[in-house]
Amino acid sequence: MKAELKTQTKTAPLRKSFLTRGATSPEHAAFLRQKRLTSLGVLGTQLLILIAVILLWEIGARLGWVNSFIFSQPSKVWAAFLAKAADGSLFYHTWITVYETLVGFLLGTLVGTLLAILIWASPFLARVLDPYIVIFNSMPKVALGPIFIVAFGQGFLSIVMMALAISVVVTTIVVYTSFRDVDANMIKLVTTFGGTRRHVFQKVVFPAALPTILSTLKVNVGLAWIGVIVGEFLVAQKGLGYLIIYGFQVFNLTLVMLALVVILIVSTLMYHLVAYLEKKSLRWRD
Amino acid sequence: MKTAISFSGVDQKYMTHAGETAALQGIDLTIEAGEFVGLVGPSGCGKSTILSLIAGLFKPTHGEIRAFDRPVEKPSAERGYMFQQDYLLPWRTIEQNIVLGLEIMGALNDETRTRALTLLNEMGLGETAGKYPHQLSGGMRQRVALVRTLAADPQIILLDEPFSALDYQIKLLLEDLIVDTLKQRSLTGVLVTHDLGEAIAMCDRIYVMKSHPGRIKSVHTVPDSIRELSPLEARESTEFHHLFREVWGDLQDES
Repeated sequence: MKAELKTQTKTAPLRKSFLTRGATSPEHAAFLRQKRLTSLGVLGTQLLILIAVILLWEIGARLGWVNSFIFSQPSKVWAAFLAKAADGSLFYHTWITVYETLVGFLLGTLVGTLLAILIWASPFLARVLDPYIVIFNSMPKVALGPIFIVAFGQGFLSIVMMALAISVVVTTIVVYTSFRDVDANMIKLVTTFGGTRRHVFQKVVFPAALPTILSTLKVNVGLAWIGVIVGEFLVAQKGLGYLIIYGFQVFNLTLVMLALVVILIVSTLMYHLVAYLEKKSLRWRD
Repeated sequence: MKTAISFSGVDQKYMTHAGETAALQGIDLTIEAGEFVGLVGPSGCGKSTILSLIAGLFKPTHGEIRAFDRPVEKPSAERGYMFQQDYLLPWRTIEQNIVLGLEIMGALNDETRTRALTLLNEMGLGETAGKYPHQLSGGMRQRVALVRTLAADPQIILLDEPFSALDYQIKLLLEDLIVDTLKQRSLTGVLVTHDLGEAIAMCDRIYVMKSHPGRIKSVHTVPDSIRELSPLEARESTEFHHLFREVWGDLQDES
């Protein structure tokens, strides 16, 4: 602490600014400044691209370069947003879709992990199920849509089952592989203390695989969105997927664009929320 | 003197699709309680297999193994195992790591936890209880692993080249620490190593093994003059070099 103060006073005219905050020496300040300038440059360029695309789209539509009847335009999408937000229907459909996605991806992760535990516990079962897992994994799950509707009805259950079908096998495979990749010596360690297979799982295999399970959660958010939107396309009663299909059928492409933008924003938020939770639960790593 | 470990007529064969490989053949040995025994030999001589058999990780194809006059059926906390690396669980704090064995045995309570923490203190690592393994150096981590083994209150300690991943200097210090700890508690030790000097400096008796299949070739008793010294000092003595040459010659015939 003392040494720190000393260097601070020695290099007294350390200029404090937004770019050099937290600097401990002029050299460090220059280093921080350089790094932060680059970061700001990246962020600025990213924003610039976004604004340019929106502007070009709007101007292009007004000047007739792009057909605004087919591709809509930002000002119309904004107006639609205000109207749909005012009557509450946008939040209703968004909430329906978010709810289905949450249920779908939590269920996909949970069922996938449970299946992985089951086949880890029984190597015999793992060998028996192997070809079935491979077949189901390589199959496009969306093709099961009609069967789900017949079996689970025109609604919530079919949509959630679609999200589940898309994410469950990938989860099972990834989590099971991470169970199997646990260092054999860590397992031996538990065994030498007289531990059973249950101890091995509780003390070593599960905690070691937890980072993988949490990162499949991130992948599953994306997969669940695919399942839910496809499900809503097929069932078409409510939700953002329904808004897209409905907008398409009545040729209200502004509605389609609005639904797309909302999906973009909400799915990004959800992804970052899961990534944040993952980081928080793995604090032992840093 | 009580017998800690005995092998009588032990054979170990590994089965594969192509056939069987004899890893050990006709092993007879006796280790007294409180003795520290080294196993040296070329790779493939089955010295690690002997350690696993004592640990009870698997059963021999033929023959019998007894520990303190009871047949070895399965692993038990009575026989502690030290690995080549520390294998501390990275998601557990040091305190949570050293009580792992107690947890598995169902013996974790305030008393045993306090004893484990006292041990940690004795090793000069009391400060690290709340830290995570990656915050410690290699030598500190191996000392924590020693505490984890000792906390389960074993009678026998099996050491599977526990210093091979460490810097030379740290390895010498740890050798001293382990010999001291074992003698103080009159524990029985079995050390597997390919470092002959290490075996001579630490052990009371050395089994030289030969391979294909693994058999015991000869047994050397380390003279008192070396045993009275710490491993670090022992390496300096003339008797050490004398015995080293003798056992070295024995090993050379093999390869």
